Amino acid sequence: MKWIAFLVSLMLTTGLIIVLNVPLPAGGNKTPRIGAFLSPQHGCWQNAEPLDADFNADLRLAGISGKVTVSFDERLVPHVNAANDRDAYFVQGYLHAKFRLWQMEFQTHAAAGRLSEIMGAKSGGTDFVQIDKYFRRLGMVSAAEASLIEMEKNPVTKAESDAYTAGVNAYISALSPNKFPLEYKLLGYHPEPWTNLKSVLFLKYMSFDLAGGENDFEMTNAKSLFSVKEIEQLYPVVADSLDPVIPKGTVFSNPGLSLKVPVGADSAYYNERDTAAVAVNIKPDRDNGSNNWAVAGSRTVSGKPILCNDPHLGLNLPSLWYEMQITTPSYNAYGATFPGSPSVIIGFNDSCAWGFTNAQRDVRDYYEIRFRDTTRKEYWFNGSWHKAGNRREVIRVKGQPDIIENIALTLFGPVMYDPTYSNKLNNGKSYAVRWKAHDPGNELLTFNKLEHAKVYNDFVEAISTYKCPGQNMLFAAKNGNIAIVQQGEFPAKWRRQGDFVMPGNDSAYMWQGNIPMNENPMMENPARGFLSSANQLPVDGSYPYYLGGSFTPYRGIIINRRLGNMVNVTADSMKQLQTDNYNIFAEMVRPVLLKYLDVAKLQTGEAAYVNQLKNWNLRNDIDETGPTIFKVWWDNLESTLFNDEFARANLPLKWPDNSAVLEGIIRDSLYHFADDIRTPVREDLKIAVHRALTKSTMQLDSLRTAGKLSWGKYKSTAVRHLLRIPALGRYSLPIGGGVHIINATKPYHGPSWRMIVHLTNEIEAYGVYPGGQSGNPGSRYYDSFIDTWAAGKYYKLLFIPRGTASKNVGQLRWTMTFSKA
Amino acid sequence: MKFTAALILTMLLAFAMCLFLPWWTIALAAMIVAVCIYQWPLRAFFAGFLALFLLWGMQSFFIDQQNGHLLASKVAQILPLGGSPFALVLVTAFVGALVAGMGALTGSLLRRAIEGSGARQMF
Repeated sequence: MKWIAFLVSLMLTTGLIIVLNVPLPAGGNKTPRIGAFLSPQHGCWQNAEPLDADFNADLRLAGISGKVTVSFDERLVPHVNAANDRDAYFVQGYLHAKFRLWQMEFQTHAAAGRLSEIMGAKSGGTDFVQIDKYFRRLGMVSAAEASLIEMEKNPVTKAESDAYTAGVNAYISALSPNKFPLEYKLLGYHPEPWTNLKSVLFLKYMSFDLAGGENDFEMTNAKSLFSVKEIEQLYPVVADSLDPVIPKGTVFSNPGLSLKVPVGADSAYYNERDTAAVAVNIKPDRDNGSNNWAVAGSRTVSGKPILCNDPHLGLNLPSLWYEMQITTPSYNAYGATFPGSPSVIIGFNDSCAWGFTNAQRDVRDYYEIRFRDTTRKEYWFNGSWHKAGNRREVIRVKGQPDIIENIALTLFGPVMYDPTYSNKLNNGKSYAVRWKAHDPGNELLTFNKLEHAKVYNDFVEAISTYKCPGQNMLFAAKNGNIAIVQQGEFPAKWRRQGDFVMPGNDSAYMWQGNIPMNENPMMENPARGFLSSANQLPVDGSYPYYLGGSFTPYRGIIINRRLGNMVNVTADSMKQLQTDNYNIFAEMVRPVLLKYLDVAKLQTGEAAYVNQLKNWNLRNDIDETGPTIFKVWWDNLESTLFNDEFARANLPLKWPDNSAVLEGIIRDSLYHFADDIRTPVREDLKIAVHRALTKSTMQLDSLRTAGKLSWGKYKSTAVRHLLRIPALGRYSLPIGGGVHIINATKPYHGPSWRMIVHLTNEIEAYGVYPGGQSGNPGSRYYDSFIDTWAAGKYYKLLFIPRGTASKNVGQLRWTMTFSKA
Repeated sequence: MKFTAALILTMLLAFAMCLFLPWWTIALAAMIVAVCIYQWPLRAFFAGFLALFLLWGMQSFFIDQQNGHLLASKVAQILPLGGSPFALVLVTAFVGALVAGMGALTGSLLRRAIEGSGARQMF
C-alpha cells in the first residue's frame, strides 16, 4: 500500500515534469518548454540583462594572434583596436555573435531554405515549407556555394572570412544553453557552428532582397489583356518626370557590345498572348531602395564634402545593422555592419566615406522550358533535345519526414517552376530562372577594399569586381573628390528583353553578355557640386542598353531640387534634408485632382476633405490630415481607373507605377482607362475623380471616427521582431514621411540606417538606426535608438582617431580585451 | 524545526544542482531532502513547495528588479499574462513550487515505504 502511494506520487511527479518539459500546442503555435523556460537559472530570466550590466571582460581565446582591445561607448558601440586585420575580423565575428547570434542564424536559415527545420511545417499561419521550397528552387544554396568557391580563391577574403567564422564559433562554443538568446528558448532549438558559406548565404539574401525584383509573370499576363500600346502606357520604360542619377544630356560612348534582337521578337515574344502564374511568389518589398547624396566642398560651409546615405529596408528587430569602429594598422573604419558578414558595409574611414542605394535593375528572367517527358531529363533547345542536370534539395521539417525537391538544371539556370511545384493556372508549364545572383561573385572583396580605401582611385579599384546586387555606389573623400557609379555586373539587354517570360527553346533569347563595367553609368566631381541617387532610372533614354527593372522618379526629383538650391551646407542642414517629409508626388498630383474635380457636384462632407487637401502644406508630418486624405483619394482613383480592366482575368498582374498613372493623365485628358468598361456609359476623368472622392469620403469618415485621420496614426509605423511576435516589436511609432518622400518611412519599411559624414580633417559624422546594439529583448540596448530615430534625431558618431588612448575618450564605458589563450 | 531545516536545505540543494543540471532536478533536490529529513507527506509537500516558491520567486523577483521589468513585461505578453512582470514572477514561483512539492511528497512517501512502519500518519 505504501509502495503504491509512493509509486503513484512518483508517476504524478514524473508526468508533471514531462508536461512542463515539452512544447505544448497553443493555437497554431507551440509553447516553449514551460519548466525550462521559467527556471530562473536556465530560462528566459537568464536573458534579463541588468540595467547596469557590466560589459567589461578579459577573454583568452585560441584563434587570436595578438591582443585586441574593444572599448564600448555609452551606446554600446564597440571600438575595436587590433594589431592586425585578421584579429580584427575575428573579434568582429565574436561581437556579432555575442550581440546578434540568433538573427545571424535565422536569416541565413531563411536564405538556405531551412526555416521548416526550426519552425515546423506551419506556424502562426505561415507555411514555412512553401517558403523553404521557394528559396531552394530559386537556387539560393547553389548560388552561395558557387560564390563561396570564388570568395575562397582570393587569399584576402579567404583569410578574412576564416577569421570571422572562427570568431563567431569561439563565442558559440563557449556558450552554455542557459545563455542562448531568448528566441532559441522560445522555439526550442540550439545554435549550430558558423561557416563561411553562411556569410555568403547572408549576402545572397541581400541579393534576393535587392536584385530579386521582377514582374515577368505579371507582365506576361498583362500582354494577354492589353494591347502593345496599352502596355507602353501602363508600364512605360522612362518616366516623363525622370531626373536621372547621371544628368540628362550626358553623352555616352558607343556601346562595346552590339546586341542582336531575335528574329521575330515582336511576333513570338512581345506580341505573344500567353498567361503565366507561379506557385508561390515571394517578393521583396517593391520600395526596397535608398537615398544617397554627396555635396562637394563648393556648396559646404567648411569647403569639405558631405556624404549622406539612408538605405530603405524592412524595419526589423533585431536590426539588420550593427554599428562598429574597427582600427588596425592598415585601416580605421566606422559604420554599419551586417551581423553575419565581415567588414563595414556602409560607412567611412579616416580618408573617405561611401554609401549605397539600390540600382533597381532587372537581373532575373524566366524562360519557358519544354521537357521531353515527365522525367524532365531532356528539354528542347535550338532544335534538339538537351540533357538536363538535376539538383536534389532535402528540406528537413521539424517533427515530420524530410521533403525532397528534385530540380532540373538547364543552360539558363534551375527550373524553378515545374508541374511538381504546381502553379495557380495548373497549366503544367515549366520555367527556368536566369538570375545574376547565380553567377559566382566576391562582394566581400569590395567591402574589404573600401575599408582600406584612401582616394578616388582606391574606390574605383574596390568596386571594380563587384557584381550583385547592383548598387549606386557613392564616394566622397577628404581631398574633395566626390563620385558615383552604378556598379554591378548587368546583362546587356535589348528593349523589353526579360520584361516577360521568354522562350526557352531558342538561344537567341539568352543574355548575350554583360555590359562592360567601364560603360556603367558614372560621374565624378560634377560642376553642379552634388551627386545623388534615389532608385530612379540612372540614365536617360540615350544610354545604349535597356535596363529593365522598376524605378521610382520622385525622391530623386526632390533631392536634386533641394540640393540644387542649397549653399553653405552643414551637417545640420543635411539632417533636415534626410528627414524631410515634403511630398513631391502630392505636389504634382494635387493640381491634377483639383483640375478634374467638378466643384458644383461636391457634397458637404466631400467638400470639407477637399478643403483640407487644398490647405495642406504638402508635408507628411504626423499631425497633418492632408496626407491621409491625399493617399486615400489617390488610391481610390487608381482602383477606379484600373479595377475594371484588371478584373477581366483572374490573373496576377502588375499594378501600374504611380508615375505611369499620373503622367498618363497629364499627357492625355481623355485618358481611356477612365472609362469603366463594365458600364454602358463612357466615364471620363471627371467622373472617375469624383467617384474616387465619394468612396474616399466614406473611408475618411470612419477613419476620423476611429481617431486615425492624422497621418502618423493612419500610417502607424512599426519596427517588428523578425518572428513577428508583437511583444518583441515596437508599434505605433510617431514618425512621418512615406512613399516618394525623402523620409521614406512606410508602416514596416523605411530608412534602416541614416548616416551623414562630413569629411573635415577630424571627421564629423552622425548616424542612427531603428534598433539597438543588442539583439536581446531583455536588454536596455535592444531598442534604445528607436525613439531617437522616430524623432528624426541623430547621434554624433564617436570616431576615435588612430593612436588615441581610450582613457582620453570620455564616452567610453566598458573594455573587453582579447588575448591568446 | 524539521520543516524549516527541510525548507532551507531544499532551497540550497536545488540552487546548487541547477548550476550544472537541468531545471527539473529541483524535484530531485526536494525528494532527497524529504527522504533525509522525514516529515509527514503533506508537510513534506508544503516544505518543498514553499522552498521553491521562495527560491524561484526571489530569484526571478530580483532579476526582474535589476532588469527594470524589460524582459518580464515582454514575456508576460507572450505567455500571455497581460504583460504583468509580477504575474510572471508568481507563475515562475508556482511552477517551481509545484514540481518541488511533488518531489518532496514522493521523497516522503519513499521514506515511509522503506521504513514500512504503520505508526506514521499522513499529518
